[in-house]
Amino acid sequence: MTACSGSPEGETVPTDGTVPTSAKIVVAGGFGVGKTTLVSAISEIPPINTEAWMTAASEPVDHLDPGIDKRTTTVAMDFGRRAIADDLVLYLFGTPGQARFWPMWDDLCRGAMGALVLVDTRRLDASFAAVNYFEQDSDVPFAVCVNLFHGRQTHHLDDVREALSLSPEVPLLAADVREPGAVARALVGVVEHTMSSTARQ
Amino acid sequence: MATHWKVRPYLLTGGRTHVRHRLLVHTLVSVPYYDAAFAGGLLPEARGLYEQARVTRSVAELSASCGVSLGVTRVILGDLAASDRVRIHPETYDSPYDRNLLERVRDGLLRLA
Repeated sequence: MTACSGSPEGETVPTDGTVPTSAKIVVAGGFGVGKTTLVSAISEIPPINTEAWMTAASEPVDHLDPGIDKRTTTVAMDFGRRAIADDLVLYLFGTPGQARFWPMWDDLCRGAMGALVLVDTRRLDASFAAVNYFEQDSDVPFAVCVNLFHGRQTHHLDDVREALSLSPEVPLLAADVREPGAVARALVGVVEHTMSSTARQ
Repeated sequence: MATHWKVRPYLLTGGRTHVRHRLLVHTLVSVPYYDAAFAGGLLPEARGLYEQARVTRSVAELSASCGVSLGVTRVILGDLAASDRVRIHPETYDSPYDRNLLERVRDGLLRLA
Protein backbone atom coordinates (compact mmCIF):
# COMPACT_ATOMS: atom_id res chain seq x y z
CA MET A 1 0.00 0.00 0.00
CA THR A 2 1.48 3.29 -1.00
CA ALA A 3 0.60 6.90 -0.48
CA CYS A 4 -2.07 8.36 -2.68
CA SER A 5 -1.41 9.05 -6.28
CA GLY A 6 -2.41 12.08 -8.21
CA SER A 7 -3.36 15.48 -7.05
CA PRO A 8 -6.59 16.33 -5.30
CA GLU A 9 -9.30 16.76 -7.88
CA GLY A 10 -12.11 19.23 -7.61
CA GLU A 11 -12.04 22.07 -5.16
CA THR A 12 -14.90 21.98 -2.71
CA VAL A 13 -13.61 24.51 -0.23
CA PRO A 14 -15.26 27.87 -0.20
CA THR A 15 -12.82 30.71 0.09
CA ASP A 16 -14.86 32.92 2.37
CA GLY A 17 -14.13 30.97 5.51
CA THR A 18 -17.43 29.14 5.90
CA VAL A 19 -17.12 25.51 6.85
CA PRO A 20 -18.72 23.32 4.22
CA THR A 21 -21.01 20.52 5.22
CA SER A 22 -22.45 17.59 3.34
CA ALA A 23 -25.66 15.68 2.78
CA LYS A 24 -26.17 12.20 1.40
CA ILE A 25 -28.72 10.32 -0.66
CA VAL A 26 -28.31 6.57 -1.15
CA VAL A 27 -29.01 4.96 -4.52
CA ALA A 28 -29.97 1.31 -4.16
CA GLY A 29 -31.18 -1.49 -6.38
CA GLY A 30 -29.94 -4.72 -7.86
CA PHE A 31 -26.91 -5.26 -10.02
CA GLY A 32 -27.20 -3.67 -13.46
CA VAL A 33 -30.30 -1.53 -12.84
CA GLY A 34 -28.45 1.70 -13.61
CA LYS A 35 -27.15 2.99 -10.26
CA THR A 36 -23.77 4.01 -11.64
CA THR A 37 -25.39 5.65 -14.67
CA LEU A 38 -27.65 7.65 -12.37
CA VAL A 39 -24.74 8.81 -10.24
CA SER A 40 -22.69 9.73 -13.36
CA ALA A 41 -25.56 11.78 -14.74
CA ILE A 42 -25.48 14.25 -11.91
CA SER A 43 -22.05 13.98 -10.31
CA GLU A 44 -19.52 16.73 -10.99
CA ILE A 45 -16.71 14.21 -10.68
CA PRO A 46 -16.52 10.87 -12.47
CA PRO A 47 -18.17 8.34 -10.15
CA ILE A 48 -15.57 6.89 -7.86
CA ASN A 49 -15.65 3.14 -7.94
CA THR A 50 -13.67 1.82 -5.08
CA GLU A 51 -13.18 -1.37 -3.19
CA ALA A 52 -13.32 0.44 0.06
CA TRP A 53 -14.50 -2.13 2.52
CA MET A 54 -12.13 -4.83 3.49
CA THR A 55 -14.19 -6.65 5.98
CA ALA A 56 -14.33 -9.72 8.11
CA ALA A 57 -18.09 -9.72 7.68
CA SER A 58 -17.85 -11.48 4.36
CA GLU A 59 -15.50 -14.20 5.53
CA PRO A 60 -18.02 -16.90 6.48
CA VAL A 61 -19.32 -16.76 2.94
CA ASP A 62 -15.90 -16.97 1.42
CA HIS A 63 -14.96 -19.98 3.48
CA LEU A 64 -17.54 -21.88 1.47
CA ASP A 65 -15.79 -21.01 -1.72
CA PRO A 66 -12.12 -21.93 -1.69
CA GLY A 67 -11.77 -20.39 -5.13
CA ILE A 68 -11.93 -16.90 -3.70
CA ASP A 69 -8.68 -15.35 -2.62
CA LYS A 70 -9.44 -13.73 0.68
CA ARG A 71 -6.97 -10.94 0.17
CA THR A 72 -9.27 -9.70 -2.52
CA THR A 73 -12.35 -9.89 -0.32
CA THR A 74 -13.47 -6.35 -0.78
CA VAL A 75 -16.77 -4.70 -1.42
CA ALA A 76 -17.06 -2.26 -4.25
CA MET A 77 -19.08 0.89 -3.88
CA ASP A 78 -19.44 3.84 -6.13
CA PHE A 79 -20.34 7.36 -5.38
CA GLY A 80 -20.46 10.84 -6.80
CA ARG A 81 -20.66 14.39 -5.60
CA ARG A 82 -22.51 17.55 -6.52
CA ALA A 83 -22.05 20.98 -4.99
CA ILE A 84 -25.44 22.36 -3.98
CA ALA A 85 -24.10 25.64 -2.61
CA ASP A 86 -20.74 27.10 -1.62
CA ASP A 87 -21.01 25.43 1.74
CA LEU A 88 -23.08 22.36 0.93
CA VAL A 89 -22.10 19.23 -1.00
CA LEU A 90 -24.53 16.46 -1.88
CA TYR A 91 -23.07 12.96 -2.04
CA LEU A 92 -24.76 10.10 -3.88
CA PHE A 93 -23.74 6.66 -2.76
CA GLY A 94 -24.59 3.53 -4.71
CA THR A 95 -25.07 0.42 -2.62
CA PRO A 96 -23.22 -2.80 -3.29
CA GLY A 97 -25.71 -5.06 -5.05
CA GLN A 98 -25.51 -8.32 -3.17
CA ALA A 99 -27.56 -8.97 -0.08
CA ARG A 100 -24.55 -10.40 1.75
CA PHE A 101 -23.22 -6.86 2.01
CA TRP A 102 -26.07 -5.60 4.17
CA PRO A 103 -23.82 -4.57 7.07
CA MET A 104 -22.29 -2.10 4.61
CA TRP A 105 -25.74 -0.89 3.64
CA ASP A 106 -26.29 0.06 7.28
CA ASP A 107 -23.01 1.94 7.25
CA LEU A 108 -23.83 3.70 3.97
CA CYS A 109 -27.33 4.65 5.06
CA ARG A 110 -26.30 6.16 8.39
CA GLY A 111 -26.99 9.87 8.20
CA ALA A 112 -28.67 9.70 4.77
CA MET A 113 -31.52 12.13 4.12
CA GLY A 114 -33.22 9.64 1.85
CA ALA A 115 -32.81 6.76 -0.57
CA LEU A 116 -33.82 6.03 -4.13
CA VAL A 117 -34.35 2.38 -5.05
CA LEU A 118 -33.86 1.95 -8.77
CA VAL A 119 -35.73 -0.80 -10.60
CA ASP A 120 -35.52 -2.30 -14.07
CA THR A 121 -38.99 -3.48 -15.09
CA ARG A 122 -37.47 -6.31 -17.10
CA ARG A 123 -35.90 -7.65 -13.93
CA LEU A 124 -37.96 -6.40 -11.01
CA ASP A 125 -36.67 -9.22 -8.83
CA ALA A 126 -33.17 -7.71 -8.95
CA SER A 127 -34.42 -4.91 -6.71
CA PHE A 128 -36.63 -6.90 -4.31
CA ALA A 129 -33.87 -7.09 -1.72
CA ALA A 130 -33.33 -3.33 -1.78
CA VAL A 131 -37.06 -2.60 -1.40
CA ASN A 132 -37.28 -5.05 1.48
CA TYR A 133 -34.27 -3.50 3.15
CA PHE A 134 -35.72 0.00 3.17
CA GLU A 135 -39.20 -1.21 4.11
CA GLN A 136 -38.10 -3.39 6.99
CA ASP A 137 -34.53 -2.78 8.08
CA SER A 138 -33.96 0.94 7.72
CA ASP A 139 -35.50 4.16 8.98
CA VAL A 140 -34.26 6.11 5.97
CA PRO A 141 -37.24 7.39 3.93
CA PHE A 142 -37.16 6.05 0.39
CA ALA A 143 -38.77 6.36 -3.00
CA VAL A 144 -38.69 3.85 -5.85
CA CYS A 145 -37.76 4.86 -9.39
CA VAL A 146 -38.33 2.89 -12.58
CA ASN A 147 -35.36 3.31 -14.86
CA LEU A 148 -36.74 4.14 -18.30
CA PHE A 149 -34.13 2.39 -20.37
CA HIS A 150 -33.92 4.14 -23.72
CA GLY A 151 -36.52 6.60 -22.45
CA ARG A 152 -39.36 4.11 -22.80
CA GLN A 153 -41.90 3.25 -20.16
CA THR A 154 -43.00 -0.30 -20.82
CA HIS A 155 -45.23 -0.88 -17.78
CA HIS A 156 -47.89 1.09 -15.97
CA LEU A 157 -46.56 2.34 -12.68
CA ASP A 158 -49.61 0.88 -10.92
CA ASP A 159 -48.58 -2.56 -12.15
CA VAL A 160 -45.02 -2.01 -11.00
CA ARG A 161 -46.27 -0.91 -7.60
CA GLU A 162 -48.33 -4.05 -7.30
CA ALA A 163 -45.53 -6.32 -8.47
CA LEU A 164 -43.20 -4.80 -5.88
CA SER A 165 -45.93 -4.87 -3.18
CA LEU A 166 -45.08 -1.25 -2.43
CA SER A 167 -46.96 0.51 0.33
CA PRO A 168 -49.15 3.37 -0.92
CA GLU A 169 -47.05 5.95 0.93
CA VAL A 170 -43.85 5.07 -0.94
CA PRO A 171 -43.52 7.36 -3.99
CA LEU A 172 -43.07 5.55 -7.29
CA LEU A 173 -41.25 7.62 -9.90
CA ALA A 174 -39.89 7.05 -13.39
CA ALA A 175 -36.78 8.53 -14.96
CA ASP A 176 -34.33 7.95 -17.75
CA VAL A 177 -31.31 7.95 -15.46
CA ARG A 178 -28.96 9.01 -18.26
CA GLU A 179 -30.64 12.43 -18.16
CA PRO A 180 -29.27 14.81 -15.51
CA GLY A 181 -32.55 16.75 -15.34
CA ALA A 182 -34.59 13.58 -14.88
CA VAL A 183 -32.22 12.38 -12.16
CA ALA A 184 -32.44 15.74 -10.39
CA ARG A 185 -36.26 15.56 -10.48
CA ALA A 186 -36.21 12.02 -9.09
CA LEU A 187 -33.92 13.16 -6.27
CA VAL A 188 -36.26 16.07 -5.59
CA GLY A 189 -38.95 13.40 -5.21
CA VAL A 190 -36.82 11.66 -2.59
CA VAL A 191 -36.17 14.87 -0.66
CA GLU A 192 -39.82 15.91 -0.74
CA HIS A 193 -40.87 12.48 0.45
CA THR A 194 -38.45 12.81 3.38
CA MET A 195 -39.91 16.26 4.13
CA SER A 196 -43.47 14.97 4.22
CA SER A 197 -42.75 11.70 6.03
CA THR A 198 -40.54 13.22 8.72
CA ALA A 199 -42.90 16.18 9.29
CA ARG A 200 -45.57 13.76 10.42
CA GLN A 201 -43.44 12.30 13.17
CA MET B 1 9.50 -9.20 5.38
CA ALA B 2 5.88 -9.64 4.45
CA THR B 3 3.33 -8.80 7.06
CA HIS B 4 0.26 -10.99 7.20
CA TRP B 5 -2.43 -9.10 5.29
CA LYS B 6 -4.80 -9.28 8.19
CA VAL B 7 -2.34 -7.98 10.74
CA ARG B 8 -1.28 -4.90 8.90
CA PRO B 9 -4.42 -2.78 9.30
CA TYR B 10 -4.31 -3.33 13.05
CA LEU B 11 -0.66 -2.36 13.19
CA LEU B 12 -1.53 0.85 11.43
CA THR B 13 -4.27 1.63 13.88
CA GLY B 14 -2.53 0.35 17.00
CA GLY B 15 -5.16 -2.38 17.29
CA ARG B 16 -8.02 0.08 17.53
CA THR B 17 -11.16 -0.42 15.53
CA HIS B 18 -13.30 2.36 16.97
CA VAL B 19 -13.05 6.09 16.63
CA ARG B 20 -14.15 8.91 18.85
CA HIS B 21 -15.60 11.07 16.13
CA ARG B 22 -18.70 10.56 14.09
CA LEU B 23 -17.15 9.78 10.74
CA LEU B 24 -19.77 8.89 8.18
CA VAL B 25 -18.80 8.06 4.62
CA HIS B 26 -19.85 11.55 3.52
CA THR B 27 -18.43 13.47 6.50
CA LEU B 28 -16.12 16.21 5.24
CA VAL B 29 -12.54 16.44 6.47
CA SER B 30 -9.84 19.04 5.87
CA VAL B 31 -6.37 20.01 7.03
CA PRO B 32 -6.49 23.41 8.78
CA TYR B 33 -2.79 24.12 8.23
CA TYR B 34 -0.43 21.85 6.37
CA ASP B 35 2.77 20.90 8.16
CA ALA B 36 5.29 19.22 5.83
CA ALA B 37 7.58 18.17 8.68
CA PHE B 38 4.67 16.52 10.45
CA ALA B 39 3.65 14.77 7.22
CA GLY B 40 7.19 13.46 6.80
CA GLY B 41 7.00 11.64 10.11
CA LEU B 42 3.78 9.77 9.33
CA LEU B 43 3.37 6.21 8.07
CA PRO B 44 2.59 6.13 4.35
CA GLU B 45 -1.17 5.57 4.79
CA ALA B 46 -1.56 8.37 7.33
CA ARG B 47 0.66 10.64 5.29
CA GLY B 48 -1.38 10.03 2.15
CA LEU B 49 -4.64 10.77 3.93
CA TYR B 50 -3.18 13.88 5.56
CA GLU B 51 -1.91 15.21 2.26
CA GLN B 52 -5.11 14.46 0.34
CA ALA B 53 -7.19 16.19 3.02
CA ARG B 54 -5.52 19.49 2.17
CA VAL B 55 -8.53 19.83 -0.12
CA THR B 56 -11.79 19.43 1.78
CA ARG B 57 -13.25 16.06 0.91
CA SER B 58 -15.32 13.25 2.29
CA VAL B 59 -14.08 10.25 4.24
CA ALA B 60 -15.09 8.01 1.33
CA GLU B 61 -13.14 10.12 -1.18
CA LEU B 62 -10.07 10.03 1.02
CA SER B 63 -10.37 6.28 1.44
CA ALA B 64 -10.76 5.80 -2.31
CA SER B 65 -8.01 8.15 -3.44
CA CYS B 66 -5.53 6.68 -0.97
CA GLY B 67 -6.52 3.04 -1.43
CA VAL B 68 -6.97 2.70 2.33
CA SER B 69 -10.01 0.77 3.57
CA LEU B 70 -12.81 2.78 5.14
CA GLY B 71 -12.25 1.32 8.59
CA VAL B 72 -8.55 2.15 8.66
CA THR B 73 -9.25 5.57 7.13
CA ARG B 74 -11.66 6.34 9.96
CA VAL B 75 -9.21 5.35 12.68
CA ILE B 76 -6.32 7.31 11.17
CA LEU B 77 -8.47 10.42 10.60
CA GLY B 78 -9.77 10.14 14.15
CA ASP B 79 -6.19 10.16 15.43
CA LEU B 80 -5.22 13.10 13.26
CA ALA B 81 -8.29 14.97 14.45
CA ALA B 82 -7.51 14.23 18.10
CA SER B 83 -4.24 16.13 17.68
CA ASP B 84 -5.97 18.85 15.62
CA ARG B 85 -4.04 17.90 12.52
CA VAL B 86 -7.25 17.44 10.56
CA ARG B 87 -10.58 19.07 11.06
CA ILE B 88 -13.70 16.94 10.97
CA HIS B 89 -16.37 19.29 9.74
CA PRO B 90 -19.09 19.55 12.31
CA GLU B 91 -22.55 18.67 11.16
CA THR B 92 -24.19 22.00 10.69
CA TYR B 93 -27.52 20.31 11.03
CA ASP B 94 -28.60 18.14 13.93
CA SER B 95 -30.29 15.62 11.70
CA PRO B 96 -30.30 14.70 8.00
CA TYR B 97 -34.03 15.42 8.23
CA ASP B 98 -33.45 19.02 9.29
CA ARG B 99 -36.04 21.14 7.50
CA ASN B 100 -33.61 23.82 6.38
CA LEU B 101 -31.12 21.28 5.07
CA LEU B 102 -33.81 19.39 3.14
CA GLU B 103 -35.07 22.63 1.62
CA ARG B 104 -31.59 23.69 0.56
CA VAL B 105 -30.89 20.34 -1.10
CA ARG B 106 -34.30 20.33 -2.79
CA ASP B 107 -33.84 23.86 -4.10
CA GLY B 108 -30.34 23.04 -5.34
CA LEU B 109 -31.64 19.97 -7.18
CA LEU B 110 -34.52 21.96 -8.68
CA ARG B 111 -31.96 24.25 -10.27
CA LEU B 112 -30.54 21.19 -12.04
CA ALA B 113 -33.90 19.77 -13.07
